[in-house]
Amino acid sequence: MDEKIPVTVLTGYLGAGKTTLLNRILTEDHGQKFAVIVNEFGEIGIDNDLVIGADEEVFEMNNGCICCTVRGDLIRIIEGLLKRRGKFDAILVETTGLADPAPVAQTFFVDADVRQAARIDAVVTVADAKWLGERLKDAPEAKNQIAFADVIILNKIDLVGAKELDEVEARIRAINPYAKLHKTQNCAVPLDAVLGRNAFDLQRILEIEPEFLDAKDNHDHDHGGEHHDHHIHHHETHGLKHYHDEDMQSVALSIEGDVDPDKFVPWLQELVQREGPAILRSKGILAFKNEPKRFVFQGVHMLLDGDLQREWKPEEKRVSRLVFIGRNLKEDEITRGFLSCAA
Amino acid sequence: MAAASLTANVTMMSAGAPVAAAGFLGQIPALALEDGTVIITTAGAEQRVAAHPEAAILVAAAAAGRFITGGDDGRVVSVSPDGTAQEIADEKGKWIDAIAGREDGAIAWSCAKNVRSRDHEGTIKSFAAPSSVRGLAFMPKGYRIAIAHYDGASLWFPNAAAPPDTFKWKGSHLSVAVSPDGRFLVTAMQENTLHAWRISDKQDMRMSGYPAKTRSLSWSFDGHWLATSGADAAIIWPFKEKEGPISKAPLECGARPAKVTSVRFHPRSLVLAQGYEDGFLLLCRIPDGAEILVRAAPQDGRAISTLAWDATGRKLLFGTADGAAGLLDLPA
Repeated sequence: MDEKIPVTVLTGYLGAGKTTLLNRILTEDHGQKFAVIVNEFGEIGIDNDLVIGADEEVFEMNNGCICCTVRGDLIRIIEGLLKRRGKFDAILVETTGLADPAPVAQTFFVDADVRQAARIDAVVTVADAKWLGERLKDAPEAKNQIAFADVIILNKIDLVGAKELDEVEARIRAINPYAKLHKTQNCAVPLDAVLGRNAFDLQRILEIEPEFLDAKDNHDHDHGGEHHDHHIHHHETHGLKHYHDEDMQSVALSIEGDVDPDKFVPWLQELVQREGPAILRSKGILAFKNEPKRFVFQGVHMLLDGDLQREWKPEEKRVSRLVFIGRNLKEDEITRGFLSCAA
Repeated sequence: MAAASLTANVTMMSAGAPVAAAGFLGQIPALALEDGTVIITTAGAEQRVAAHPEAAILVAAAAAGRFITGGDDGRVVSVSPDGTAQEIADEKGKWIDAIAGREDGAIAWSCAKNVRSRDHEGTIKSFAAPSSVRGLAFMPKGYRIAIAHYDGASLWFPNAAAPPDTFKWKGSHLSVAVSPDGRFLVTAMQENTLHAWRISDKQDMRMSGYPAKTRSLSWSFDGHWLATSGADAAIIWPFKEKEGPISKAPLECGARPAKVTSVRFHPRSLVLAQGYEDGFLLLCRIPDGAEILVRAAPQDGRAISTLAWDATGRKLLFGTADGAAGLLDLPA
């Protein structure tokens, strides 16, 4: 079977600098040719015959999953792009400033034909350092975009002071401690920080482990250099200022040892069925009883994708870990449920 | 099973690019390729027409002796048997998403929400559907077009001022087919199901159980059967009765461990041509299910993407997703 085409989803609230990043990706020499799916023509500064206008037509799937919305236009466009296979290497989907990234991601889980041909590489969110704080208060879309992101470009840092920057970063981390965060002016970030992330690849979940599982190792890799990353984690704040977002949080759980798959799988499925609308993203690496391989999964709302991955290494501690990012998560209930799955 | 075979009667051709649609321009076999080319084959010679230079053909239909193609360059082009390509419309770079043609020369196409219909004299009428359009089909009688979109389908008279008649059902409706007797309207949906309405009273019918999307629908000449792709056999629903297929089981023809991707009923008899995802091609007789092999699955074969019978039913043309094509000449 042919390689799946990587798809980068570019989100960001109005005016954050999304178009700047898009234009950089289209003009810089990175050896890749992109097909770009945009919402408004004319914003893009260069000619490219593979720029396709989209309508963000979101519809609900009749599959008993109430929050399972997909982008119909995207299914149609990707089908059409496959006829141009060979003329581009990757796809970039720009969403409007007010868009929820979930229907885009869910399209790649739900549609069998799209799923066979293409895969999401990462959800990249561009945020405005000066205004994000305000938007997180008044725009639920902005919060969704931060919560959903695999990569966050905190842009326009020249417009804020160091203290203000720390504060906005802490607010981002209160919502999503797991995304890669880059602080930039004019979206000046190396493009390999944005492209080729494999953030949705189950086989690669182990490679994002340090950031994902242990915020202590969360060093900043961006070009600015002088900004030291704050070690903010849901459970450990190291004395730094720690915000708690009123309605969007992450819940990270671990069991030192194995879980019983016959308890865990039904529990997880029931949880996402019931709480799916509130859970934006989920990820986990689990040690199943009598199973030499690691079980990894990821999810978007009610949709889950999981598989056995590589074997646990002899020196590795068999620890089962889960992360949920969502709205008003019932942490106590989720914790109790997970702990009862211990083998 | 008796190994009845017509493989010796097939002339293979190399299309060179995935075949979007096959058709006959009168008696002449023709192929519309995804790379923008239309191939016209006459008496062993082949002519390649660059209908959409530097672009892809997204949709195509052969009707009234010519091939109508719609591309991602926004153009609708008509290709005649002599190889001349005439531009019918230019939608300024918007993709042509659906196309339909009729034997009287009328054609219809859509880009996003906009549906256009061009009668045989060249008069173009437009209609803005409530959402993006994925499927178009002419009604058998009258100048009327069936349109599949989100949350249902519409029947539109391009020459009437009245708003289209709407048939509602939640979800995304992809392709559309109207029975030859004009009694039933059927759509294939995003959720691997079919939806049908009895046009007279809009009675709903759902046909489900498919493991994949149905992309190919074909009515038998008498309108009694609807053949569909999307399962490990051709699924053929009975529509003879007033109630259509309600509480009836479909026929399943040619079950194999591969999905059927394309179906086309013979124009004069109850014989179905059915192609599979691995390039296998079979004729199947309704209702006894007798099978005749047309093409065995080649090594690493890809899907039969399109099938077309000529008007007499003596020739069957097929094309595949990996750029192969073939012509079956039925023995007299």
